[in-house]
Amino acid sequence: MHLIRLVDVHKAFNGFRVLDGLNLTVKQGEIIVILGRSGTGKSVLLKHLIGLIRPDRGQVLLEGVDLARLPERELFSVRKRFGYLFQHGALLDSLTIGQNIAFPLQEHTSWPRSQIEEVVATKLAQVGLPGVENKMPSELSGGMQKRAALARALALDPEIMLFDEPTTGLDPITTTTIRQLIAETVRGLKLTAVVISHDIELALALADVIAFLHQGKILTQESPVSFQLSPLPEVQQFLKGEPD
Amino acid sequence: MMFVRILGRMGNPFLGLLRELGEMAILLVNCLLWLPRPPYRLRHFFGQLEFIGVRSLFIVALTGLFTGMVLALQAYYGFRKFGGESLLGGAVALSMTREIGPVLTSLMVAARAGSAMAAELGTMRVTEQVDALLAMAVHPVHYLALPRVLSGLIMVPLLTVVDVFIGILGGYFVGVMLLGINPGTYMQKMVEMVVASDLYNGLFKSMVFGLLLALISCHQGLKARGGAQGVGLVTTRAVVYSAVAILIVDYMLTALLF
Repeated sequence: MHLIRLVDVHKAFNGFRVLDGLNLTVKQGEIIVILGRSGTGKSVLLKHLIGLIRPDRGQVLLEGVDLARLPERELFSVRKRFGYLFQHGALLDSLTIGQNIAFPLQEHTSWPRSQIEEVVATKLAQVGLPGVENKMPSELSGGMQKRAALARALALDPEIMLFDEPTTGLDPITTTTIRQLIAETVRGLKLTAVVISHDIELALALADVIAFLHQGKILTQESPVSFQLSPLPEVQQFLKGEPD
Repeated sequence: MMFVRILGRMGNPFLGLLRELGEMAILLVNCLLWLPRPPYRLRHFFGQLEFIGVRSLFIVALTGLFTGMVLALQAYYGFRKFGGESLLGGAVALSMTREIGPVLTSLMVAARAGSAMAAELGTMRVTEQVDALLAMAVHPVHYLALPRVLSGLIMVPLLTVVDVFIGILGGYFVGVMLLGINPGTYMQKMVEMVVASDLYNGLFKSMVFGLLLALISCHQGLKARGGAQGVGLVTTRAVVYSAVAILIVDYMLTALLF
């Protein structure tokens, strides 16, 4: 059963085509990593999945419901099923880490404060950051901010996790730690995950399926093993890191 | 062909202005639509009241004081030419309540709080914090714009009251203490010349200005693009557009109200 299906999605900004008839399917419980070079529209693609960007043409289907045509109010309730880890964390910098993680719970539940505090502590422990509730985001390193952002994304126990370049800009050790953390979290909680990245190691270690985005289209969508053996010259060039 | 190109060049800024006005009208309507909807986030709202109101108090009081003082000096110079120095108290109070109080307070709040609002929201926009709100199913208009617009609407009139009061005190100090006008005459003329509607209309104007400057600042902040340069651009625009809008709307309201 396809949980998410993108059908012939087109998106252009100021006449520049970013997505050009893109098709993609994501199955329930699957981890799909979308690889592609920088500037190929990976983040734009990810934002389509949650209705942050609407396509010019085409369908973004979640369990058969087209998010592209959903009224805003219904789109908001759909978004509660998703957790979104932004490239730089996107923690609200006027709030403490604890308040950031409590934020979606305060907005969407009527839980008492004690219960919310308990969940915040649990989620922070889950991402290996216990006891940082009272720190401001600016007091944490990039890797720690990403972990805290992951804790916030997991706060409402989402069914689907979206990861935007989770390892970009991190040192090799933190990259490995974040990679393991994502794998443990997604597999442990049996979530469906869509990860966009240009980190080949991450893709090979994490993915059930790798999709390759090139010139606004998904050129191939296959298992990590067959992806590495792909005969497509664009894929081989990307894997080998050969310049144009 | 040349004529069409010239017309195009002239039309583009006009279309841009219409687009801006349309977007702001949509933001205002969205604020009104979100207003009755929970959650109400009172602590967040009080934070904005404090930021826009309490933290602008000193600068507004300071400008009010010196405006009242300089107004008294200038008016005295004018009135002395035909022996009307006794009108000084009324002239200062009338100018402060009807015109200078609302306009100057709004301009100061636009410069201090409006610029900060645009810079904060602009930074949130370019660092994906606004997208993060949307991804968490929280509407940025509800969470970010509405409390700021409401705070502008409430706090600018209150600040105007302070500005007018301190301005009148400043005028009294210069007129009575420095220029030697009889204190009784000063107060009597003030009471005679200023009527309640001057005060209400001045406060109504400042409510409109407060709404305008908050709306413009939020609108500019939320449409920031790029990085630091984009944030700088919308911050400048927020202050310039607010100041121009306040002065234009001031003329229109004065023509209608007084």
